[in-house]
Amino acid sequence: MSYLELQDLHRNFGAVKALNGINIALGEGEFLSLLGPSGCGKTTALRLVAGFDRPDAGGIVVDGREITNVPPNKRDMGMVFQAYSLFPNMNARQNVEFGLRIRGKHKGDGSKRVDDLLELVGLSHAVDRYPHQLSGGMQQRVALARALAIEPRVLLLDEPLSALDAKVRVQLREEIRRIQLELGITTLYVTHDQEEALAISDHVAVMYGGVIEQMGTPAEMYTAPATPFVAEFIGTMNRLDATVLDGTTGEVEHSGLRLQVDAARGRRTGERVLVLIRPESLELEARTDGVPPNSFTGEVLTQTFLGPVTRVKVTGTGTSLIADMSTARAAALPVGAQVVARIPSQGAKLISLPDDGPGLPALDPDDQ
Amino acid sequence: MVGAFQDKANHATFSNIHLLFQHPYVDAYWGSLRISVITAVAGSFFGILVAYAAIRDGTPRWIRSVLTTFSGVAANFGGIPLAFAFIATLGPLGVVTTWFRNGGYDLSVRWPQFQLFSERGVELAYMYFQLPLMILVIAPALDGLKREWREAASNLGAKGWQFWRYVGIPVLMPSFLGAFILLFGNAFAAYATAYSLNQGQNIVPILIGNYYTGNVLDNPHLAQALAFGMFVVLAVMMLLYIPLQRRAARWSK
Repeated sequence: MSYLELQDLHRNFGAVKALNGINIALGEGEFLSLLGPSGCGKTTALRLVAGFDRPDAGGIVVDGREITNVPPNKRDMGMVFQAYSLFPNMNARQNVEFGLRIRGKHKGDGSKRVDDLLELVGLSHAVDRYPHQLSGGMQQRVALARALAIEPRVLLLDEPLSALDAKVRVQLREEIRRIQLELGITTLYVTHDQEEALAISDHVAVMYGGVIEQMGTPAEMYTAPATPFVAEFIGTMNRLDATVLDGTTGEVEHSGLRLQVDAARGRRTGERVLVLIRPESLELEARTDGVPPNSFTGEVLTQTFLGPVTRVKVTGTGTSLIADMSTARAAALPVGAQVVARIPSQGAKLISLPDDGPGLPALDPDDQ
Repeated sequence: MVGAFQDKANHATFSNIHLLFQHPYVDAYWGSLRISVITAVAGSFFGILVAYAAIRDGTPRWIRSVLTTFSGVAANFGGIPLAFAFIATLGPLGVVTTWFRNGGYDLSVRWPQFQLFSERGVELAYMYFQLPLMILVIAPALDGLKREWREAASNLGAKGWQFWRYVGIPVLMPSFLGAFILLFGNAFAAYATAYSLNQGQNIVPILIGNYYTGNVLDNPHLAQALAFGMFVVLAVMMLLYIPLQRRAARWSK
């Protein structure tokens, strides 16, 4: 049975449909990330759950209880905000204690709980410091402890790491996940960072234009994107606007390039499809005599060093592809080298495109 | 300051200072203090309410722009022009007074306790610049109250008054105290408005003016002693203010 349910939520701001009927069912103790670009409605959804805003239609249920019209101070939800939101006139301990003080439970067990939480977030040494004496990462740890102090039914996090530098962000997101698992608290997390969402979530819901494009486990979202938008948003993807030539053999054609794609088997001949190939699925090698089947020939246009992996952009007749390969092997394929990119027939995914719709914009894979 | 301790022959003396504790000078200090405290308290209280009403979420932004522009002008509108504006409006032959009288409602009969040429009248005129000054000074502090603080407090179970009790008022307090002192000093040193509205008004700046210009008695050393007394009053105010401000703002150090 679902612990947190968002039922057909709608929210309009004037003519803008911020939420256009989203449905979410989250089990107790699960961690769901709402992922999407700015303006997709993810923060609106979180604010509705927190009670800071009311939906135009739809409902919110927590543990079987309808809370859509319950004021925020009676919802028992802990929230960590994007902007630093610690009360500046209180030190770290007083901030964490605030919710318990409001409930008259800040003494005795409450006091011990505050100490335990400050220890849990690794700030036992900084309990007397005021917010301006804490770094951004420390402030967000205190905010997390403060949100957890009231033993909330649901933990809400609104891009809590976006103001932090990259190293602290990675460190803190792992801590958030560790604490969430340790306490078993149902968590709704908003982020625009797909790497962050994939790294710490049980489930990810990709939002765009006020609707959920796809919801699933991080692995599902990465390996089997259901829509062109998800394919573009999650990870880096080569996208080929193609036509099915033979639905029996799975042969498709893109700008004169014929490929065998297992996922195209059973498709209608003439159907427009989007072929999706992850950069790590491509195998690059120096071009020799002859062109192997299911491959693309071209010239290395750029190389981008990413540490253990180097991203290589290959351009050929009518299209460009990017491939990720080990940095050691990439050294043998300098810019300008003629190469062959093997496209595995099993590795590519397929999404149907409308037959009479416009073609996809010619996105540069590097921009994805 | 040296002149405050000299007589007319420039010999050292405490007689001027001693006089400050005699009638009518001590009464003048009480009068000045009364007007300053009343207008500072009223200006602070109503100013912060008006500023908050204009700044809070949900108020159209144009109201804030209009209020800020008006306050900028009104806070700097003082002295004789302000006094005459009030005389022309609320004086015995003022536009509003006449308008009421013609409408069958004679203010001097129905509301005899109000006289523009009195201490209450001076306080009313002072409010014209005290209130806008408070709005100008406190608006940035109100702006600094983050929406996230209110939402975080609410999220943690706090009601509206609990947010103000534990967060809003403590955060605003240093700015509020600073603004109060500014308003107090502004009223304490004001001269021309009170002088124009009622020259017989017994407040310190008018006495200083009288003694300096020889309007009543030519005694510049007594005027200097009166000014020294004002300095002492303001110094005492600052001595009260500094520890209060330090305590209120201890979290920002």
